[in-house]
Amino acid sequence: MSDAIMNEASPQQGKWWIGLFLAIAVLVAIRASIGEGMGRAYVQTDSTSYSSATGDDGRVMWTAVADGTAGSVTIERVLFASAGEYRAAEAATPGQQAIRISWDRTLGLWLAAFFTLAIFSFLMGDNPAYKFTESIVIGVSAGYWMVVGFWAMLVPKLVAQLAPSMVKAWCMPNLDVSAFNPVALIPLGLGIMLLSQLTPLGRHIGRWPLAFVIGTFAGLKMISHVESDIIEQARATMIPLVAFGDDGSFAPWDSVRNILIVGGVLCTLAYFVFSVEHKGAVGRAARVGVWFLMITFGSAFGFTVMGRIALLAARFEFLFIDWLWLIDPKGQRMVATVSAIAGSCSAILNAI
Amino acid sequence: MSRSIALLICLLGGLTMLVSPFLPMATEWSNEVTDWFNILAAMAFVLGGGSLLKVQLMRLSARGPGWGYSAVTLLAFIVTLWVGLGKVGVVADPSAPTVAWSGKPDDEGSAFWWIYLYVMTPITSTLFAVLAFYVASAAFRAFRAKNLEATLLLGTAFVILLGRTFAGVVLTGWLPDWASGLRLENLAVTIMDVFNTAGNRAIIIGIALGVAATGIRLLIGLDRSYLGGDA
Repeated sequence: MSDAIMNEASPQQGKWWIGLFLAIAVLVAIRASIGEGMGRAYVQTDSTSYSSATGDDGRVMWTAVADGTAGSVTIERVLFASAGEYRAAEAATPGQQAIRISWDRTLGLWLAAFFTLAIFSFLMGDNPAYKFTESIVIGVSAGYWMVVGFWAMLVPKLVAQLAPSMVKAWCMPNLDVSAFNPVALIPLGLGIMLLSQLTPLGRHIGRWPLAFVIGTFAGLKMISHVESDIIEQARATMIPLVAFGDDGSFAPWDSVRNILIVGGVLCTLAYFVFSVEHKGAVGRAARVGVWFLMITFGSAFGFTVMGRIALLAARFEFLFIDWLWLIDPKGQRMVATVSAIAGSCSAILNAI
Repeated sequence: MSRSIALLICLLGGLTMLVSPFLPMATEWSNEVTDWFNILAAMAFVLGGGSLLKVQLMRLSARGPGWGYSAVTLLAFIVTLWVGLGKVGVVADPSAPTVAWSGKPDDEGSAFWWIYLYVMTPITSTLFAVLAFYVASAAFRAFRAKNLEATLLLGTAFVILLGRTFAGVVLTGWLPDWASGLRLENLAVTIMDVFNTAGNRAIIIGIALGVAATGIRLLIGLDRSYLGGDA
């Protein structure tokens, strides 16, 4: 392989990986030829007409009206349809086009399956498919967040302040801005200074917007952390150590629970106090605090593992339900596929 | 001079946010400054994209090993940017059907939505899913109940994992009602409600104290590392 895609793998490793991907491709081809096939996406067109009316405040309001209404504007959206809906529509009217295969979404489904398998392939070692997918996600993520920042923040909060009529006519007619706001020139200037970091001379110019971002962020976080994480957490820890039920009787378990929470918080905080030597009472409290910390880390670990396993299950669901059509919890294609697979297996066994 | 002005800007930005809860007239300033902050955060994405472009172009022009991946990254970046900024395949929003560009870039059916659904989501979620194998492998190799602290960590992880799944019910469902507190699902709830609450609360308070101390250091100019160099 050329330098373009190989940097560490040996030619033998490259052949091995090509062999593996070919084997997967053959298995997928066999699966695709059985039953109803696999990995197709269906769509239907939703057509809605809108008519305008001017409200009391002078704003133009658009409401959905019946198709064909005079002066209305129609918007057509292509939305997902299920395989079951497609089959039902075909059974009713063969060759209908209301629900049809979407080739771009079908291609997307197969690409998503390829990317999923390519990432999983890293479990067996670094390989070109993984690196290719990794390179794609780096580019796509950078582009994605730039686009989100542009449409969600730069256009409504900056461009619209500087050129409101242009933005309203171009893309955001319902935006609540009316006149040029000269104050918006300040973030524009800071933003240009920030972008100058890309140039060799921009390091010094970029200090001011950076200082602004850091100062504002520090102030913002100080307020929110002190309010929600110190005051609120301390308030939530101020609970009665001797608890009573609604009927006024002593509640031993609630008391134990409250004592454990208050004691646990104090002991764990004692562990975090490094200005006092951990000896005597403080040392014993800090040791109990470590036990509470270990239990907290253990539960955090358990939840992390569960979260990752849930994601893994979701990826397998995608592969087996949406792509391979091997399992079918919604009961849309299972019967036909299972009978086809069983038929193919019995034919192979008979041939043997 | 440049550094002094930067320190002053940092102090003013931070003070504006700090005084707003105490001065009603400063609320408007803080809202304005928050908008500026968000604009600069969006600009930072542009800076990040520009930096990515610069680095990948340099790698591409150097033609070192694996330069093809830089080309793939660049192509993916440019295509995503083009379809997102150009709102390719986006239909007008129902609130303004006569304005062609009024739809959101990630509306169903748009090219940007397609990229998010079929490229970004499967790759990022699979990347996180793969971590399940590494977490399990690391735990198998590193977890040893060699002292009380390690035993507590290990035991809690097992109780949470078993107690939050059907396995916990199967393993300890036979326990009589008077010992129901020892059933794994109930033990998991007790751990979360009592021990985890206490430990997490102390950690949160500790982090908040650290954030406040670091914030003060930044605002009064004791920490100048963000200015770079020998600041």
